[in-house]
Amino acid sequence: MEFFFEQLINGLAVGGIYALIALGYTMVYGVMRLINFAHGDLFTIGSYLGMTILATYAVTAYLGPFVGVLVLIVMVMALVGIIGVILERVAYRPVRQADRLSAVVSALGASIFFSNLVMLIWGPRFRVYPEDILPRITLNILGLDVPLLRILVLVTSLILMGILYFFVQKTRTGTAIRAVAIDHGAARLMGINVNRIISMVFLIGPALGGAAGVMVGLYYGQVNFTMGWSYGLKAFIAAVLGGIGNIPGAMLGGLLLGVIEAMGAAFISTAWKDGIAFIILILILIFRPTGLLGERVADKV
Amino acid sequence: MLLTVKDLFVNYGNVEALHGINLEVDEGEIVAILGANGAGKSTTLMTISGLVSPKKGKIFYKDIEISKLQGHEVVKYGIAQVPEGRRVFATLTVQENLNLGAFIIRDKDKIQKTLEWIFELFPRMKERREQLAGTLSGGEQQMLAIARGLMANPRILLLDEPSLGLAPILVKSIFETIRQINESGVTVLLVEQNARAALKLADRGYVMEVGKIVLEDRSEKLLKNPEVSKAYLGG
Repeated sequence: MEFFFEQLINGLAVGGIYALIALGYTMVYGVMRLINFAHGDLFTIGSYLGMTILATYAVTAYLGPFVGVLVLIVMVMALVGIIGVILERVAYRPVRQADRLSAVVSALGASIFFSNLVMLIWGPRFRVYPEDILPRITLNILGLDVPLLRILVLVTSLILMGILYFFVQKTRTGTAIRAVAIDHGAARLMGINVNRIISMVFLIGPALGGAAGVMVGLYYGQVNFTMGWSYGLKAFIAAVLGGIGNIPGAMLGGLLLGVIEAMGAAFISTAWKDGIAFIILILILIFRPTGLLGERVADKV
Repeated sequence: MLLTVKDLFVNYGNVEALHGINLEVDEGEIVAILGANGAGKSTTLMTISGLVSPKKGKIFYKDIEISKLQGHEVVKYGIAQVPEGRRVFATLTVQENLNLGAFIIRDKDKIQKTLEWIFELFPRMKERREQLAGTLSGGEQQMLAIARGLMANPRILLLDEPSLGLAPILVKSIFETIRQINESGVTVLLVEQNARAALKLADRGYVMEVGKIVLEDRSEKLLKNPEVSKAYLGG
């Protein structure tokens, strides 16, 4: 039973990371009906930027490990967010009025560009994150052995999701993002600058992906220029599982996928971990193509 | 003149949709644009709102040229549109739809005042404010679309086919509401296929055919015009 709960927490921590990345896919799909294939690579860039900044030990030396890592995450979020905004300007805005295939090809090109850029800058081999930044201790909570790092990853991703949810649901700009996701033309008639909203989505989504990148680096201790591919794919499955375009759906889908994977690895076989994720994707596409929370209300005309 | 459209040409790709439209709307008027499907009525409104850019010609709000503005900027000049097919934000609540209507207005007291007026005009919207817009009936969605447009405190309200797909009794009540809105000081430019109802409401009317204005006159004269009668009023 303890093993089950330990795996549950493990799954939630990994799921939180999936969810953060999935939010980038789902938000961009929401406002542009485009799968940003370069999103996984932005996550990779976040991970490497985090590594490089951490390796100077400047942030953690001045601020201590916990505040230091927090500041690091915010810095990486800002940097990756800016890269996201530039990506949209350069690769997606010029083809927005063109047919959909042009945007898909542009997205694939951006993905190849970014992963090769990472390889050229940081090299093709696995790189290790600076060790012992955060104390590698295991806490005993209600009889469960839980590594501190796992708790921190889970709590950080939940906080980021909470902030995003509040922003999107309760603020004026958040409501405008949802309006643009429904109808660009009607949103413009309201006085909403659709270009600005799309830029904002390309700031927020990649920023969350960058935060996830840093957490993966800290959690697993090593990074590679191809890591965006596998994490991106898992997060994409999570977004489809929750209902692509739906923000709470991406959060739910990410956490659920993480838990299912952890349980599958623990009780079936670790070798089946990825297989289980793809089986879920296939089942969702067959039985509930709109995802768990996708499109509950039909548009009455 | 509150709104002046001068020699407006609009292309969709290579197809010319409007060939030189001229129209004027004076402060306080209700003006109707009539015509068949594809005559260019909606294109005219979309061009005024800045969602379609003209190839040639100019649009003025008072003396200010607005034809070079982006879509999201025109509404700031006091020109709001209630688009064809309502286009309410279906997965947002009624209240959120109304808030978006007031997106350009920063003054919270002003928004609150407009909201109170809107709830007087459409008591149904107050009852349903927490409901998702997509769950409203067609008539209620039309009310919401008009209410959303009014939330921007417009000087001119552009209405595109407000009676489309509504039962006759609802059409009557929507047109009555438009009259009330006009009496409260909002100028109305109305596009309609329901020509008789539109002309009964409007002060003046324009008749459009394939991208051109072919006739303009006072409403009572258009109602008596045998050609209009034959083509748009069913004999």
